[in-house]
Amino acid sequence: MSDFIQFENVSRQYGNVRAVDDVSLGIRKGEFFSLLGPSGCGKTTLLRMLAGFERPDTGRVLLDGVDITELPPERRKVNTIFQNYALFPHLSVRQNIAFGPTVARRPRREVDEEVDKMLALIQMRDHADKRIDQISGGQKQRVAIARALINKPAVLLLDEPLAALDLKLRQRMLIELDMVHDQVGITFVFVTHDQGEAMSLADRVAVMNAGHIEQIGRPVEIYETPQTSFVAAFIGDSNFFEGVVEEVTDVEHVKLAIEGFSALRAFNDKGLAKGDRVFLSVRPEKIRISRDEPHAGPDYNIARAVVDDVIYLGTHTLFWLRSGDYRLAVEQQHNRFVLDELPIRWKDEVWLQWHVDDGFMLERYAESDEALMGIPPQRVGEGDPAPAANERG
Amino acid sequence: MKRSITPFVITVLVLAFFYLPICVLVVNSFNASRFGGEWSGFTLDWYRKLLKSPEIWHALGNTFAIAVVATIGSTVLGTTAAFALDRYRSRLQDAHYLLVYAPLVIPEILLGISLLLFFVALKVELGYVTIVVAHVTFCVSYVAMVVLGRLQDFDWSLVEAAQDLGADAFTTARRVLLPLLAPGIAAGALLAFTLSVDDFVITFFVAGPGTTTLPLRIYSMIKHGSPPLINALSTLLLLVTTTTVWLSQRLLKEAK
Repeated sequence: MSDFIQFENVSRQYGNVRAVDDVSLGIRKGEFFSLLGPSGCGKTTLLRMLAGFERPDTGRVLLDGVDITELPPERRKVNTIFQNYALFPHLSVRQNIAFGPTVARRPRREVDEEVDKMLALIQMRDHADKRIDQISGGQKQRVAIARALINKPAVLLLDEPLAALDLKLRQRMLIELDMVHDQVGITFVFVTHDQGEAMSLADRVAVMNAGHIEQIGRPVEIYETPQTSFVAAFIGDSNFFEGVVEEVTDVEHVKLAIEGFSALRAFNDKGLAKGDRVFLSVRPEKIRISRDEPHAGPDYNIARAVVDDVIYLGTHTLFWLRSGDYRLAVEQQHNRFVLDELPIRWKDEVWLQWHVDDGFMLERYAESDEALMGIPPQRVGEGDPAPAANERG
Repeated sequence: MKRSITPFVITVLVLAFFYLPICVLVVNSFNASRFGGEWSGFTLDWYRKLLKSPEIWHALGNTFAIAVVATIGSTVLGTTAAFALDRYRSRLQDAHYLLVYAPLVIPEILLGISLLLFFVALKVELGYVTIVVAHVTFCVSYVAMVVLGRLQDFDWSLVEAAQDLGADAFTTARRVLLPLLAPGIAAGALLAFTLSVDDFVITFFVAGPGTTTLPLRIYSMIKHGSPPLINALSTLLLLVTTTTVWLSQRLLKEAK
């Protein structure tokens, strides 16, 4: 109960759509917290409830133990960086930054001093008297940050602030945001649909889908141990297999019967019993691909496959393979020693190998989630290997 | 490839059709000849006579007093109407829009007659008040449409940003909403002013004795026959209205 920000059983409905569906969530003081999910998942609604622009239909929002559910935005110690920054076009950079303290009727001299400090912090002293349409996208973001931080908020809300920037600038501003968070030490709540931004910045991430939270955890937990098939597919990519538990081999592992594969084993953190139907997820980069048969060990699953397609992507190569009944994606980094071998090509017969602990047991994903997957699950004979097909009998 | 001259010819003809009569009028206002059939030398006499006529000055005073009051009234009402049309979600919103839009397409003569019948039924004495009310009635629609256009591409996240930074509703309106919408509102006001200044049909119905406006004066001058004076007066009126419209267009463009 010591969380700085608390959402308690919060719901919000628009027409027939439950934008936020009974969400409870705690955010710690000083944390860089990210709400991650596809558009329409409810993350922005949640943020706007925290800012005061939306009221929940039911439930409460607490800040530092105080119920702020009904408090209007101007009376919350919360400031927002808007998606398009929402800088005032009729005011200069300096006047924009001074807006908060001016409205609060702080003495003129005090305001000037603090604006100067902020201008120095964001390295915009030379641009103080420029109009907003005279500065660049990156500078706009900095002004938006200064305009928010000058009010010394308890929480800074960021609503997809990087979406308007091009790739290189986005990477630079990502680092700047991280530095600002380290400097001011206040709580950041960052909304994004970009998993890269969430993973690289956040201390903790809440993955949202269709109005509810799928999983909360550190980025490494989210990626390495997804709790739902939606998380496994939305954060990074996943290959999915369907089968039944053939045997519980030890406390932590089960042997699975999956059509077309012999004796696959997987980590059993769900307490599955013999005969249970399972859905196994294995990330593409966890699978090793080789021409020669790998050394069989008790900790590794091995399978044979035929190469359907090879896609060179610079940092790695993506292989589409056929194995058993499945079409699989495998990613291989270009390690130096690989150069000495013959590169793997189309129609080659290869071996696949992955550690039994790299496969997670999940629930079957919802059909509606398939559109969000970078690699849609497919079986052979259901169309091209290109990520297009979404039917699955 | 040789370009056809047909579009050019058509353009010239259309422009001539539109503006030649006005040009004739302007030129004739400087014509020494009383009947304007032929050019008999340049003169400013008509303007001098015009400015010496007490009736003209009286009508001018009426026109501008009415226009100023009607502009203020219709700007306030029209702006609030535009806000209501843009911001409120109601099932009747289409009907509301139609109600505000209708006076733009209803024949003026119909508006004039119905207003007259209305005032007579209420036993309101015809005069300044009835003219101002009538002018506000049709000017409101123009102001509302101009301001609504500006509101529709207004970035409402700016209002949220102001609230987020601690501004209450009044401060937000004063520091963000009004400064950003001012050009649109001013453009609407100038348009209303122009419409009020040169309205004839509606004013004709609701004017009383002693509240003759410039357009009404011009009409009676035609009856009593002094064409050169009308030419001069019309030229001046033309100058005022075109300047206001040009100013209003410039304001709208600047705001974009």
